[in-house]
Amino acid sequence: MSGNSNVILSLIDQHYQRLVSEWLACLKRDAGIGGAQREAEVAKLAKRFLEELRQCATVARSDEIQGSEWAPVREFLDDLSRTRVHQGFSASETAIFVFSLKEPLFELLRREIGKNTDDLTREVWTTSRLIDNLGLYTIESYSRTREEVINRQQQELLELSTPVVELWDGVLALPLIGTLDSARTQIVMESLLERIVTSGAETAIIDITGVPTVDTLVAQHLIKTISAARLMGADCILSGIRPQIAQTIVHLGLELNVISKATMADALALALRRAGKMVVDRAKSTAPAAPGE
Amino acid sequence: MQIESAEEMPLRTSDDVVRVRQAVRARAVAAGFSLVDQTKIVTAASEIGRNTVDYGGGGTLRLELLRDGQRRGVRLTFIDQGPGIADLSMALKDGYSTGSGLGLGLSGAKRLCNEFDIKSAPGQGTTVMLARWK
Amino acid sequence: MAEIPILKIGDCLLVSIQVDMHDRLAMALQDDLTERIVADRARGVMIDISALEIVDSFIGRMLNNIAAMSRVLDAVTVVVGMRPAVAITLVELGLGLTGVRTALNVDKGLALIRRIIDSEDLDADRVG
Repeated sequence: MSGNSNVILSLIDQHYQRLVSEWLACLKRDAGIGGAQREAEVAKLAKRFLEELRQCATVARSDEIQGSEWAPVREFLDDLSRTRVHQGFSASETAIFVFSLKEPLFELLRREIGKNTDDLTREVWTTSRLIDNLGLYTIESYSRTREEVINRQQQELLELSTPVVELWDGVLALPLIGTLDSARTQIVMESLLERIVTSGAETAIIDITGVPTVDTLVAQHLIKTISAARLMGADCILSGIRPQIAQTIVHLGLELNVISKATMADALALALRRAGKMVVDRAKSTAPAAPGE
Repeated sequence: MQIESAEEMPLRTSDDVVRVRQAVRARAVAAGFSLVDQTKIVTAASEIGRNTVDYGGGGTLRLELLRDGQRRGVRLTFIDQGPGIADLSMALKDGYSTGSGLGLGLSGAKRLCNEFDIKSAPGQGTTVMLARWK
Repeated sequence: MAEIPILKIGDCLLVSIQVDMHDRLAMALQDDLTERIVADRARGVMIDISALEIVDSFIGRMLNNIAAMSRVLDAVTVVVGMRPAVAITLVELGLGLTGVRTALNVDKGLALIRRIIDSEDLDADRVG
């Protein structure tokens, strides 16, 4: 059977109003308790969709919904999917909207060309296939949007879980917590370097007290980051290396080439010294500050 | 694996190297590379591009945007009909240099990419393929 | 042909590399700088690369050359404003910036030059 939806598309155009009200009746019947607002929203969507199909009827040359004439229809379905993803609907719930159009369309066909069974059978098949393709497209569009949302959330989670802190003017600290995988370490390290630029901090303390194990890959990222920071004109201090990690590092034959301190406190003390700062006990210094102090 | 798009660019002058860098940057952005990955492939392209101009007597770059399922990649193929490299394994060693310092950049460029291939022999020109995937 | 402007700040020279450099420009810059160091009796040279999106071995060579030439002329060279993506790539590339000091920005670069000149040890604090 040839694939040409001209008949159904022109029927949609000719009997537009009646089709709209019949489809809305089906949707309302199947939607169950939705509330007036939902009903109004769905009605609006249904009208828009049919409007797009009607427009398509005037220019569509084939059934190929990937073609350029079908672009507005595809865009409508993309918008629909995107909205539904954000509203928390499932893929099926979203696609059912499209599939439900079959009922009023078959009814339309029966009314207009029901006398000729051959024609009717052919057009029912063509229509069914067209709606199926549109429905499937909707499901795929939905999947794509879902994936984008998930990826973005993962990214945000990553960024939230690795904050870079400014401990003092010119001293940044990056407390790493939990197991580090290659991807996460890379992102974390890049954001540290970015912070170094924006804050102008010349010292960055990388604290790994909260890291249970370090493997070769992670260690290499650490080393590369430290080298990159140095290239940029800043310096790193490693702190919080546990005994097990120290052993691993030696076993792996890694040359850290960076100053490491046992605790972040020690690292901070060193960083402050480097910055020319001194911490003084207020109670003990009773003498007034001399000029130049 | 499909080739989504391909273009060829001449590499005869250092202005061409500038254009190549910009074109590779654009492709890398189109492939969705992170800033660091973009920088890596553009730097690698700059290294090999300069070699093509300076040592290869000029040549061409074939710049392709690839797709393998969900992954996208950028593939660069530099071709010249120059003198060719006599000792490939030496040239690929770190720190090798015939000019003044810092080498032909082959080993460095290789490190910056996921895929690297080079064919060269004296009198037969040089072809270098670099690819980086997202 | 476009030239790269060289500014004088006290006894330092500041060069901002903004454009995509090609050979002729790089050569011209090295020549100009050398002349200016002597003419202005500069003790420090600051090269601002914050506009550079990539640094390949060609630029690396140029920076090393400038540093070497300044050293001979008793001046200190500091490269400032390296972008993180560039730094990460240089580390992967294995590019050695010998004799080149770096600082995060122009202010810190000037301070570094001051420190080195005052300490009278021009070979201190080198990256490479």
